Amino acid sequence: MKKTYNIEVDCANCANLMEDATKKTEGIKDACVNFMTQKMIVEFEDGVDEKKTMKAVLKNCKKVEDDCDIEL
Amino acid sequence: MKKKQKKALIRIIISALLLVLLIILYKIIGPKETDAGDIIPGLINEPVWFILYMIPYFIIGYDILLKAVKGIFRGRVFDENFLMAVATVGAIILALIKKNGDYTEGIAVMLFYQIGEFFQSYAVGKSRKNISALMDIRPDYANIEKDGQLVRVSPDEVEIGSIIVVQPGEKVPIDGTVIEGTSSLNTSALTGESLPRDVSEGDAIISGCINLTGVIKVKTDKEFGESTVSKILELVENSSSNKSRSEAFISKFAKIYTPAVCISALLLALLPPLVNMLILKSNAQWGVWIYRALTFLVISCPCALVISIPLSFFAGLGGASKAGVLIKGSNYLENLSYTNYVVFDKTGTLTKGVFNVNDIHHNTIPEESLIELAALAECASSHPISVSLKTAYGKDIDRARVTDLTEISGHGIKAVVDGKEILAGNDKLMKKEGIDYKPCHMSGTIVHIAINGEYAGHIVISDELKDDSVEAIKKLKNSGIGNLIMLTGDSDLVAKEVATTLGITEYHSSLLPADKVEKVENLIKNKNAKQTLAFVGDGINDAPVLARADIGIAMGSMGSDAAIEAADVVIMDDNPLRIVNAIKISKKCLRIVYENIVFALGIKFACLILGALGITNMWIAIFADVGVMIIAVLNAIRALNTKNI
Repeated sequence: MKKTYNIEVDCANCANLMEDATKKTEGIKDACVNFMTQKMIVEFEDGVDEKKTMKAVLKNCKKVEDDCDIEL
Repeated sequence: MKKKQKKALIRIIISALLLVLLIILYKIIGPKETDAGDIIPGLINEPVWFILYMIPYFIIGYDILLKAVKGIFRGRVFDENFLMAVATVGAIILALIKKNGDYTEGIAVMLFYQIGEFFQSYAVGKSRKNISALMDIRPDYANIEKDGQLVRVSPDEVEIGSIIVVQPGEKVPIDGTVIEGTSSLNTSALTGESLPRDVSEGDAIISGCINLTGVIKVKTDKEFGESTVSKILELVENSSSNKSRSEAFISKFAKIYTPAVCISALLLALLPPLVNMLILKSNAQWGVWIYRALTFLVISCPCALVISIPLSFFAGLGGASKAGVLIKGSNYLENLSYTNYVVFDKTGTLTKGVFNVNDIHHNTIPEESLIELAALAECASSHPISVSLKTAYGKDIDRARVTDLTEISGHGIKAVVDGKEILAGNDKLMKKEGIDYKPCHMSGTIVHIAINGEYAGHIVISDELKDDSVEAIKKLKNSGIGNLIMLTGDSDLVAKEVATTLGITEYHSSLLPADKVEKVENLIKNKNAKQTLAFVGDGINDAPVLARADIGIAMGSMGSDAAIEAADVVIMDDNPLRIVNAIKISKKCLRIVYENIVFALGIKFACLILGALGITNMWIAIFADVGVMIIAVLNAIRALNTKNI
């Protein structure tokens, strides 16, 4: 399952950090943060609850970059 | 400007004004130092100055300080907020210890850092918008006629077979066929071709074009989601998510760079004074070395690098799509620039893929009569050769003139036209019927004609070269691409002629699709691993080869789904010259990427070394950070310009 989310992040390095943080979140198979289009493509593992997982992703991202946001 | 940016700008202005005001005030009513080194108290003295100076500092830097503290609690010590906080607070503490009242430097560094951040956010936002606007071919609505009135609906809601109305100035929202009206369409957003395309009743049109002159009614052939415009948008939006090796390198580099500089800074602050003190038994000079270490920290932010690389690629992809070349990712753009082998499919790529009557030889009757007879004899067949004869004839065919028509498979046709027995076919037919024919030296398909057993000449039918093929091959050679190879399923004679005309030295003929894959695999095996092999095909029967090549370039044939899906690069208007453009665009983009990497790293390392030696100060350091970032961003934007390439 792949889904695309709009995100808000100010610096390119922060986008890279967000990508790492997302990848490490439980239930996420792979993730790609595109700084230029301000989008995040997330691949979920089979059978996970997307909404719950994305909340965890947002929490983890906030940890590395306070200013970021994900449109859920 | 976004709300955040406005706030940042206001903070920058206020704190800059306050800082300037304080510097002037300090000069007038602050304490002064005499030549002898004594300090004469002024109207206002410490610690009031310190408190006053802290006002602009906190206005400009409170969020950085806050983030730095939060970062420490979260175990992220080496981020740029932390660095800036330590560097500026350090500079201010040094000023306090020295009692010279020089707080300006720390505040200025914070100020410039914020100016840099502001500029970055503004420039990136702006260029993102510009590039996106360039690629924005998304139609917002479709017009449907309801009870004689035009109703605007979302393109998503239009069903297949509905009739939509496209007015001048509007985008065609969905692929379809014109059923009423004539107009010119601007296809430049899709193809990069500036010449408008005329359409009239019965013509198929694709979504994303802009209607220029007349009102047309269109019967939709597809749903919006399946239409060309949706497919292209999807492709373009996802393209910069395929990251290139350069991007991966830089983001890895950034992860090592910042901690490495921080540790160096720590060592720089501790080691030399300790060596001075313990080994050389001289003055430790703590102040000097801590200042140098703080300079280090200012330089350590990796943002200039990290921002400029994806921005360059994004601009390159945007520029390419403006020129009618869709590239599916930064990685493909990068690979394209290393192209050294270009393998072409012949039919549909270098040639038009449409058969035409090219020549008539040895005719005993006028050319028009010969074509008329041939067309009449072939009237019942739908073979491409027969179609081309009928097209060459150009008039309606009166079937009543043709009787006793027999098709001899693999040979040709025998028929009676206007009472005369006509034979139309290949060499084998002539031999079989015992007619003394003249063989043709030209390549292509030959249709011999005999009237009542007498040879009447032959018609040469062949596929035409595309107008720009010769120039494209020449330009590819001029741009230093060493290996141009043509593959075709056609006969050796045809292949040889096309290759000679175009100036291609290596060609392989009579290949089945599987043979093409094998040839390409052999080429890939034997080439240098750093070089890229690009295969150019029309995407329909070449899908396996397109997939196998390092870079598959498809002639998009304007909307062929198979082509768009199988390839890495899609040439929207089937013009082979675009291959040259695509490679040049990729080379330019990669050159900019390398310029930025070398430039940003070069300046940073130079400043680090100078900083360690004590030759630079924090002012130079902030240039190394913010200035380099600004220049790199401006340089990246150049990739967007693909006009004079």
